[in-house]
Amino acid sequence: MTDRNTVRFVLDGEIVEIRDVDPTRTVLQYLREDLGRKGSKEGCAEGDCGACTVVIAELVDGERLGVRAINSCIQFLPTLDGKELITIESLSPNEALHPAQDAMIRNHGSQCGFCTPGFVMSLYALYETNKNPGRRDIDDALAGNLCRCTGYRPIIEAATQMYAAQSPASSDRSRLLSKLKRKTSLQVEHNGRHFFAPLDADELAGLVKRYPDATILAGGTDIGLWVTKQHRELDIVIYTGRVAGLQAVDVTDSHIDIGAAATLSDAVPTIVKHYPGLDEMFRRFASPPIRNAGTLGGNIANGSPIGDSMAALMVLDTTLVLRCGDAEREVPLRDFYHDYMVNDLQSGEILLRIKVPLPKSDVVVRSHKWSKRFDQDISAVCTAYRLQLDGSVVASFSMACGGLAATVRPAPNTEAAINGQEWNEATIESACKALATDFSPITDMRASADIRLRATQNLLRRFFAETVDDRLVTVYNYGR
Amino acid sequence: MAASAKSPGHRDAAVGAPLPHDSAHLHVTGRASYTDDLPEPRGLLHLAVGMSSVPHARLGAIDLSEVRSSPGVVDVCVAADVAGENNCGPIVHDDPIFAVDEVLYAGQSLFAVAAVTVDAARKAVRRAKVEYDELEAILDPLSAVEKKSFVLPSETLVRGDPDAALAAAPHRVSRRVYVGGQDQFYLEGHVAMAIPQDDNGLLIYSSTQHPDEVQALVAHATKRRSSDVTVICRRMGGAFGGKESQAALIACVAAVASDKTGQPCKLRLDRDDDMIMTGKRHDFVIDYDVGFDDTGRILGIDFEMASRCGMSADLSGPVNDRAMFSCDNAYFLENVRILSHRCKTNTVSNTAFRGFGGPQGMFGIEYAIEDIARHLGKDPLLVRRRNFYGKTERNVTQYLQTVEDNIIDDIFDQLLASSDYESRRAEIQAFNRNSNILKRGIAITPVKFGISFTNTLLNQAGALVHVYKDGTVQLNHGGTEMGQGLYIKVAQVVADEFQIDLDRIRIMATDTSKVPNASATAASSGADMNGMAAKKAAGKIRARMTEFAASHFSVPEADIEWKNNGVRAGDTELSFTELVQLAWANRVPLSATGFYKTPKINYDRSTFSGRPFFYFAYGAAVTEVIVDTLTGENRTLRVDILHDCGASLNPAVDLGQIEGGYVQGVGWLTTEELVWNDRGQLATHAPSTYKIPTCSDLAPDFRVEIMQSVANTEDTIYRSKAVGEPPLMLALSAFHAIRDAIASDRNPMPDLRAPATPESILNALGTDTA
Repeated sequence: MTDRNTVRFVLDGEIVEIRDVDPTRTVLQYLREDLGRKGSKEGCAEGDCGACTVVIAELVDGERLGVRAINSCIQFLPTLDGKELITIESLSPNEALHPAQDAMIRNHGSQCGFCTPGFVMSLYALYETNKNPGRRDIDDALAGNLCRCTGYRPIIEAATQMYAAQSPASSDRSRLLSKLKRKTSLQVEHNGRHFFAPLDADELAGLVKRYPDATILAGGTDIGLWVTKQHRELDIVIYTGRVAGLQAVDVTDSHIDIGAAATLSDAVPTIVKHYPGLDEMFRRFASPPIRNAGTLGGNIANGSPIGDSMAALMVLDTTLVLRCGDAEREVPLRDFYHDYMVNDLQSGEILLRIKVPLPKSDVVVRSHKWSKRFDQDISAVCTAYRLQLDGSVVASFSMACGGLAATVRPAPNTEAAINGQEWNEATIESACKALATDFSPITDMRASADIRLRATQNLLRRFFAETVDDRLVTVYNYGR
Repeated sequence: MAASAKSPGHRDAAVGAPLPHDSAHLHVTGRASYTDDLPEPRGLLHLAVGMSSVPHARLGAIDLSEVRSSPGVVDVCVAADVAGENNCGPIVHDDPIFAVDEVLYAGQSLFAVAAVTVDAARKAVRRAKVEYDELEAILDPLSAVEKKSFVLPSETLVRGDPDAALAAAPHRVSRRVYVGGQDQFYLEGHVAMAIPQDDNGLLIYSSTQHPDEVQALVAHATKRRSSDVTVICRRMGGAFGGKESQAALIACVAAVASDKTGQPCKLRLDRDDDMIMTGKRHDFVIDYDVGFDDTGRILGIDFEMASRCGMSADLSGPVNDRAMFSCDNAYFLENVRILSHRCKTNTVSNTAFRGFGGPQGMFGIEYAIEDIARHLGKDPLLVRRRNFYGKTERNVTQYLQTVEDNIIDDIFDQLLASSDYESRRAEIQAFNRNSNILKRGIAITPVKFGISFTNTLLNQAGALVHVYKDGTVQLNHGGTEMGQGLYIKVAQVVADEFQIDLDRIRIMATDTSKVPNASATAASSGADMNGMAAKKAAGKIRARMTEFAASHFSVPEADIEWKNNGVRAGDTELSFTELVQLAWANRVPLSATGFYKTPKINYDRSTFSGRPFFYFAYGAAVTEVIVDTLTGENRTLRVDILHDCGASLNPAVDLGQIEGGYVQGVGWLTTEELVWNDRGQLATHAPSTYKIPTCSDLAPDFRVEIMQSVANTEDTIYRSKAVGEPPLMLALSAFHAIRDAIASDRNPMPDLRAPATPESILNALGTDTA
């Protein structure tokens, strides 16, 4: 029984065991306040600046070693169970610098230095996972790290040059990690608050049924902020990250089957492989540390009106598999959202899997993310389209939008204005008028209401232009 | 004793070498300690501040009973707990530490909670019940102008006869332009820790660019003498002006709480609170009316500027003065009127930010120059060159300082050639003729930026150098390190003064007990002033040691040579350490202060005339962008920069300032948008909603050069030039490249507002584009 409430993870080659841990204590608080490891910094406490970046190594599905940067400021400590935590202090235990650190010094990659440990950790994760990155890989790897001093050029330089140095001896991570395998699930209790990390779907379903008001925690990239920003006390947390099979991404004859706990980093490549038109949207979806923790299931179940994945998944006719106790049912994603942050999940029910149909060969699918900044910005508008032509006539057209209503939802009037029509400018112009009847967006800090609608109409025009001229790239791809 | 011919002590000059930042090895290993990383004293209490939720109100009852009973809370502080003056305003005393009677912006501090953990304090502040009797709020500068709501009187500067020149001009363009504010977004938020000391002393660790001011304001607030308060800052995680005056509030709250509880207290602002509570760059609305001839030469210009100062004066006076000084940029304005309104709004009090009003002043004139060119159908480059200051005539600024060091034409010549501007512009125009949706644009813009505090008395600095018996050195000066590389530059100066290796010099934290009365590390002046002060301090010790050696070895002083970590006295060679020990044994003082005041400057604010600036720093940038005219999305494709650092003290550090300044400026003009909602609350108060540039925003082709062979004509430290602020304004080229891209025959002078977000660009394009 002692095992049940002990969080165990690897740090600097040792297994650390913690009992009586506050379930929503963040990894960053633990590092800075409990261990006095002050190298990891708090810049925003919401996973947007990357100053707190650490690296997690874990055996995914019990075997494959995953090495990934995450934001320690919004990661709850019990989620480290079974993993290895690598911090800036871990990189140079004997004064010898890691190549990423050395390259940062040589290229003058630090000025004030506050963001630097986070950048070094992202560079370290890149070093471990990609031995020959191009500029775009580097941009992507560092998208979750903000630097206000350097303008990034010397950091990009460091990322390019770090491979020139002798690679440090790598430790055998798998050996220690395999010692952390659990037979019984982690159940932390602290001052009447609980954290459960069930090991299989039956246990998960049972817990959710027993505690219907529990907070279901996956990547924690939103729930972390409930704690760090809203100071909410979460009485019962059920963590999906240890549930066997729930992180799997499988491809069947008819669809991509994505476990609800699969991270975006794991799920997206398979989706993009089948739908390359979604590549840019998913590349711009949050940042690597967020995608490494955050899950596709979490994005869907959370149901934010500005969630980026759902518009695309809606036009693909994605179906959700929900489970309540022993009963499973399927719901089309199009019908899942009822109102602002209200969805079809019943009390005691949980999202289990996401079924994304495989493409028919002659279908064009695209998603446009419209925001102030290219990387790691929340969409003011996110659109998705699926188009099937029969000659010059539209056999089938779907469109869904985020950022325009209380939920991500389809644009039925626009779809009606296009379906069955000639695929030409006149049709698009009438569809743009219909779009104005589909949505009544609001003004907020991301965009004003009228420009949201105008941008959406222009995005539809752009989609049309892209279908008739495949050389028309977005500005983000121009010259690359 | 004598060193061999090939001395193992051979050293290269430190000054001018591209050395890494002195803390680089600490930065990359996480071992650099920032204020929140310092060991915490026993009994440390953590603070959180309760803020106003409304922009303007009579303050009713504040019920803090639930705050006090919240778990972990030890005490609560309100205005009545401020023993001394309830003010943290640096110039005008109009910034209360805790609001009394009236709140003037949403986010104003009302009270502070001291608790045993950060979490407990932050949870507790949310339990306050505050009654507001709301008053009408002024939320933008134009409303303030309409209601004559100003923090300081409006100022007017007139040279020549602008009215007559405008009336007689063959061409005239007038326009209202908008340029947004900017959050500093230093990665390290505000933090201060107050630790009670023996006999009523108080030690403050503060993340501040201005320890002296923190010292003075804490003393006033806590009814102490300045000598009882010590303020220390080893380094900041970025500042950019945001930790000049703004650090005082945080330190004063910590000091007041420490006095009340008798325990050490630390206040570290959460990012959202930091952005809501502390000041930013002023947004400006500028009206201009410019008259010009057929060649594009400006004959007369009239500016009316209104800036959002927020609820108090803070540094808004000098910020707006500098906007008035900078609205010539590199251009001769013979007939000019500048009317400057310092608007009082019910928003956070705006403050210093890299450029300090200069960027906004330049924004106005560069927009006007572009309009002149577009009105005449000329390349804006030609209009810029037509209006540049001359070297021997047309070289007096609107504040009557003669421009004596003008190199802007040389910079343009070099940059136009290296950037291949002409042929690229032609190629871009050809591209645009064949591309309906994607449009490219290019612009070249100059920077001329005056160096010195415009308030002459601030142009003074001190240093304190100690040489120890083992031949090592401690270096103290009044400048602070915020990442700009000041510490390493000053250490390089001292290393060369002693002809010793840098690793013998320990750079000490900035500490008011070591160097008193230091000005803020601001106005790009840090290396100029502290470098000179430290050189003088080290020079004094060196002179004493030289005098001693001459006497001791019976050689003339001219025969004493300092080199390679040692000294040759006639035929005798000693290591630096040996001479130090000998000097000590002979009772030669090995510690000295140095003091520097910038020469030649004088300025009469009542007439807006004199020589406020010791010299000017110059630069220019060419930026090329691509814009999607359907979505307003845009991307920088290529950047070419040539910037003047005089004879650079450290080219690696200076390059970092140029690159970083440019990118920060591009953020200001493109993605960084401050939005207040109609309740007067800042809606963009975290990186989730406030978007500074990321890695992928850096142009794929980014070419930055330091201008070679241009020593400062003035006698600055090793003839170098200040580089902190000027490069930020190179980013104006990015803004005008975007405007260039979206200008068309139908809409040649689009009304583009900064920041040029996709929304702003779509608005400028108009509704009938598609």
